[in-house]
Amino acid sequence: MIERLDTDVAVVGGGIVGGSAALFLTRMGFKVVLLERDWCGAKASGVNYGGVRRQGRPPEQLPLSQRSHAIWGQLPSLIGIDGEYVRSGHLKLARSEADLESLVAYNRKVAEFGLGLQVFAGAEFRARYPILGDRAVGGSLCPEDGHANPRIVSPAFARAAAKGGAVVREQTPVDYVERSGDRFVLRSGDALEVRARFLLNCSGAWSGRLAESFGESVPLTSAHPCMAVTEPIPRFLDVNIGVEGGGVYGRQVERGNVVIGGGRGFALDADRARPARNAVLTLMGEAVELFPELRHTHVIRTWTGVEGYTPDRNPIIGPSATTPGLFHAFGFSGAGFQIGPAVGEALAELVRDGRTSAPVDAFSITRFAKAEPALGVAASTGH
Amino acid sequence: MPLLQRVAERSRRAVSFVLDGQPCEALEGDTVLTAVLTNGQRLRATEFSGQPRAGFCLMGACQDCWVRTEDGRRLRACSTFVEAGMRILTGAEAVP
Amino acid sequence: MTASPTALPDFMALRPVIVGAGPAGVRAAEALVAAGLRPMVIDEAARWGGQIYRQPPDGFQRPKRALYGFEAGKADALHRAMGGILPAVDYRPRSLVWNIEAGALDVTCDGRSETVPFSHLILAPGATDRVLPFPGWTTPGVFTLGGSQVALKFQGCAVGSRVLFLGTGPLLYLVAYQYAKAGAEVAGVLDTARTADQMRAVAGMLRDPATFAKGLYYVGWLRAHGVPMHSGVRPVRVEGDGRVEALVWRRGDREERTVCDAVAFGLGLRPETQLADLAGCRFRFDAMDRAWVPERTAAGRTSITGVYVAGDGAGIAGADAAEMAGERAALALLEDIGHSFDAARAAHLEERLAASARFRRALTDAFPFPADWAASVPDDTLLCRCEEITAGILRQAARDGAAPEINRMKALTRVGMGRCQGRMCGAASAELLAQALGTGPDGVGRLRGQPPVKPLPFSAALTEEEVSS
Repeated sequence: MIERLDTDVAVVGGGIVGGSAALFLTRMGFKVVLLERDWCGAKASGVNYGGVRRQGRPPEQLPLSQRSHAIWGQLPSLIGIDGEYVRSGHLKLARSEADLESLVAYNRKVAEFGLGLQVFAGAEFRARYPILGDRAVGGSLCPEDGHANPRIVSPAFARAAAKGGAVVREQTPVDYVERSGDRFVLRSGDALEVRARFLLNCSGAWSGRLAESFGESVPLTSAHPCMAVTEPIPRFLDVNIGVEGGGVYGRQVERGNVVIGGGRGFALDADRARPARNAVLTLMGEAVELFPELRHTHVIRTWTGVEGYTPDRNPIIGPSATTPGLFHAFGFSGAGFQIGPAVGEALAELVRDGRTSAPVDAFSITRFAKAEPALGVAASTGH
Repeated sequence: MPLLQRVAERSRRAVSFVLDGQPCEALEGDTVLTAVLTNGQRLRATEFSGQPRAGFCLMGACQDCWVRTEDGRRLRACSTFVEAGMRILTGAEAVP
Repeated sequence: MTASPTALPDFMALRPVIVGAGPAGVRAAEALVAAGLRPMVIDEAARWGGQIYRQPPDGFQRPKRALYGFEAGKADALHRAMGGILPAVDYRPRSLVWNIEAGALDVTCDGRSETVPFSHLILAPGATDRVLPFPGWTTPGVFTLGGSQVALKFQGCAVGSRVLFLGTGPLLYLVAYQYAKAGAEVAGVLDTARTADQMRAVAGMLRDPATFAKGLYYVGWLRAHGVPMHSGVRPVRVEGDGRVEALVWRRGDREERTVCDAVAFGLGLRPETQLADLAGCRFRFDAMDRAWVPERTAAGRTSITGVYVAGDGAGIAGADAAEMAGERAALALLEDIGHSFDAARAAHLEERLAASARFRRALTDAFPFPADWAASVPDDTLLCRCEEITAGILRQAARDGAAPEINRMKALTRVGMGRCQGRMCGAASAELLAQALGTGPDGVGRLRGQPPVKPLPFSAALTEEEVSS
């Protein structure tokens, strides 16, 4: 006996984007059904590094990112937990003079957005950050950026949405979706049928499939960030560290573990991945160069996940090019955690008003329309 | 009173080491765990509550026997042999 | 019987690797060497023997009779077997396999890491004690039964001056007996199994009269020497500030208190399966072990071609079965590379392994897992030693509906995230979640494994130049 649900908005994907969209829509008074094929917030949203940062994003992302910064500041009132969120500052290191020049150039480029960036170099840098190794020659600090625990933050959005009245179904893959009259019809096996006026495609690395069913080809590939964590050690690092050019990042949580990330894992199948040995060893080598404190400690666990990447590393956010009532939000290319809540809010605004308060035109799905045919459905074995 | 009690193999060469700043003796062939627990009753304090721990499985599985040396190294006490001159810290108050 | 392995193309060099040098690993190596192969044997310990036949360090003087009792002959035979083939194997002691990826192992030794390719892999990593938490179980002076045995055998120490033995399984009586024989004071033996369980299992245990007789001997000896012995026991709490001073326990409605300064505790064994997981093997839930184990054929083949499992790491079966399973897996490997092998011997080993499995069933009946534990452990008892997570935190997460399976429970509560990666808390967290959800321990999923299987030092990532600078 198939269960039928009629609703205003169907959200496919319960990560931080889908979860926050469901939450904001519920608060606006819409009826929402969220379908998640695994557990909410367990994919990229739950296994990423946990950096909550604006610094480093391209200027076109900063309005949304600033909006998200304000939402993060209200986290407990939104999702009921503090998610171990701290505004520790984000320090992006320069490991060469060329890196330093890039940081200064970025500083100038984003001056209008008021991130409060400060660049340090030479003696002043070493005096401020004596615990860093010799490899860094300077850095750019965003004092109010920080980090949080994605494992508990991301599922909390969908939980809060459910508490607010949204219907949230986990272990519920969407096998079939189509437009029927003025409704979207979604089916999960023989068990569930959902009819909705609006459809939000927030299915992360797997969003290409849903987009394809509405005639939209997206060049989305999968990548697997390599993450590792140490045993708990005495606190030595207060700031969230990244490097210009990317490749390694590290933060120390209150319990003392140091989370480090960099390099890539490999796919075991369409859904699962594992950190690659070379990535783990390289990451550890880079980390101990940056943080000599680590030289006597141990990595106790590694992990990875599946993230969706676009060719220009900007997400796809906004209305479908083919189907009214369908909105996309995916392809965050490894940088979706901080910006996710504002994207959820933007999606809710699109449903309610047909437009967003923070601009999203740069993220239109149409920018890929003239590009090569899709490289393949998302979540293929990306490397 | 120390946790571990020697019941055999007592005629081995002595090994001098330092435990929480105090000179102590172990026997050659002792693991660090044996060396420390025949002299005291803890190996470490937990990172979160500060409660004392003294190992558990003695076969490298529980990971509850990691000790620190004064120069910052970390050793798994049950699977590392004590060496002369090792300077082990358990976080315990030194017993006069 | 020394035909070269012509079944393999030339470019695929034969590189058999055995992980573990206990009874299973040693007999597997022996069988491969007899066929003219040169296996690598990777051993986390400093010397071969595994846990049960662990060899003390150089300079220790007790004879094998004192170390291994009735098993001295078997221990000696195993040690000599490995000693005999040593020139023909590539033996890597003090080496930990921390990862398996793309046909190669990552092995760390002396703080350095090396990648070791293999063509065939026999996993024989053994087992460790299975434990369930009770109030005060993290107090200094509480050790596992296996650990207490290692202290005596490997270091000539008792874990206390007055040791109380608690738990269930044959190891409970064996180690208590070994302690008493060694002159340590045994405060008592407390079995969670009831006498009725043991009586019911007698018929099954008579299938292996020699082993059964040994068990009866240990019990009888302890009784004859005045050691207090009780059945149907449940621990209530350890008393003591900073170290064990007493154990409060109950039997039915009666509460008792035994003064002691150490507790040796264990509820049977749990297989080490992390490497089989990383190798990609399919797993199944074994009702007897109450644990997820790699699927294996009677010969020891797994779901992955070229990967075999043997010994307690594949499912708890004891040392004798481990020796047979190790040899049988090696014969399977020989067959799979097109080498001649003794098929009659293989069949014989499988027959004996099947018989041994029937005896193990009887042992499980005699020493059952205390399934009532999950409902009774107090909320404020630490369940995860590494992360200091209480039973109450897990129960809360289960009640909230937030954690319907074990990996989710781990992500939300941190249970199993610490240095031991779930070895000590895995059984307990599965039982508690199952009880909260109203399902069996097989109904909460299986903890996903990732490398490293044990803590990996940062030094492993350094190059030679970086190490010496």
